[in-house]
Amino acid sequence: MATFGQNVEATIPALRRYARALTRDSDIADDLVQDTLVRALRSEHLFHGGEIRSWLYTILTNLNRNRLRSLSRRPMISSLEDNDAPDLAGPEGGGRDIERALATLVEDQRNALLLVVLEGLSYREVAEVQGVPIGTVMSRLARARAQIKIFLDGGRPALRRVK
Amino acid sequence: MTTSDSPVTEEELHAYVDGELPADRQEAVAAWLAAHPEHAALVAGWRAQADRIRARYGAVAGEPVPERLKLDRLLRQDRSSGRRWLGYAAAASVAAFLIGGGAGWAARGVTAAAPSNFDAITADALEAYKLYVVEVRHPVEVPGSERTHMTQWLSKRLDSELRIPDLQSIGLKLVGGRLLPGPTGAAAFYMYEGPSGERFTIYCAKAATPETALRFKEGQRFAAFYWVDDKVAYAVSGPADRDRLEQVAKTVYEQVDKSGARKS
Repeated sequence: MATFGQNVEATIPALRRYARALTRDSDIADDLVQDTLVRALRSEHLFHGGEIRSWLYTILTNLNRNRLRSLSRRPMISSLEDNDAPDLAGPEGGGRDIERALATLVEDQRNALLLVVLEGLSYREVAEVQGVPIGTVMSRLARARAQIKIFLDGGRPALRRVK
Repeated sequence: MTTSDSPVTEEELHAYVDGELPADRQEAVAAWLAAHPEHAALVAGWRAQADRIRARYGAVAGEPVPERLKLDRLLRQDRSSGRRWLGYAAAASVAAFLIGGGAGWAARGVTAAAPSNFDAITADALEAYKLYVVEVRHPVEVPGSERTHMTQWLSKRLDSELRIPDLQSIGLKLVGGRLLPGPTGAAAFYMYEGPSGERFTIYCAKAATPETALRFKEGQRFAAFYWVDDKVAYAVSGPADRDRLEQVAKTVYEQVDKSGARKS
């Protein structure tokens, strides 16, 4: 138990980081982390070895998917900024432009990219989290990067957020 | 092996950026990129994206972990909610709404295994609590003195046999009620007041799910218990004092629990 708890505890800062990047809102992000932790604690008996970290990322990713789904059923809460063009301030825009670029991505692509570049997961781990073959992870990454490039280069995004 | 006879795929370029290539291949790709400036620029661009993402969010992991995410605390809460009076295994998800600091309640996050419209209902319930609990002159449409009329009226509008709980035994007087638009049609909203002016509200709306486990969510100022019983969703909201709110919610639950009432 101690080991399980300690491992979970050690992952909390990284989960908060991932959740913040996914949601772009610190309150929503911490709620997501809280729900992830509660769920993990209750499901400890379902955890049969392996990487606790990947397992927690999996839970958080799935909870966020459900969150986005029910937001799409309740359209009142979409952020206005999502429809904005890139910051004129460009790279000096306090990171807003990369935030917005991420927001234009299809969810699975955003998840894959963040897990790799922000969380440092291996392709194999991301494949596990997303429940898809490694090849799918790689094509998600490639599409995510191409899309971000288009956005940052100032073009209209090729894909609007798909709901 | 020379670089020229080792064609590099785009997949490999991504794997190169992400450190997923074996060491020898890593070198070969580096050499190939040196001879292919256009691709090198692409790769540099991907690296720059990653740097910007890390620059934007990396520091979050260095922030102190908020109290509510401390494992000890979560374990304690989970254990106490394990004693819940509904007694069945907790759904793996928690709440449907959150509290944004001073901004009060906001309907935002939703969680796993959430019954379809349950989250919308609880979010609406909290919006209603926030809106009306501060109302001094017109907190309700129908005063608590017209309980019979209100029961009939709201039951008719919700097309469901409602009971308006009597919470006198725990020191709460019915202020009254009102009809609200809910995500699934009409919603009934009752307000109660305690001796020191603290207010609790009950929000009822028809739910698609027949029943759920009891759930609890607390914020800095407000908290709520919510559940679905016999296809009606209930959200009991009040000041963030868990023990008191649990007492209120339990009393409400016992009074509206139709199956239980039939048995007794």
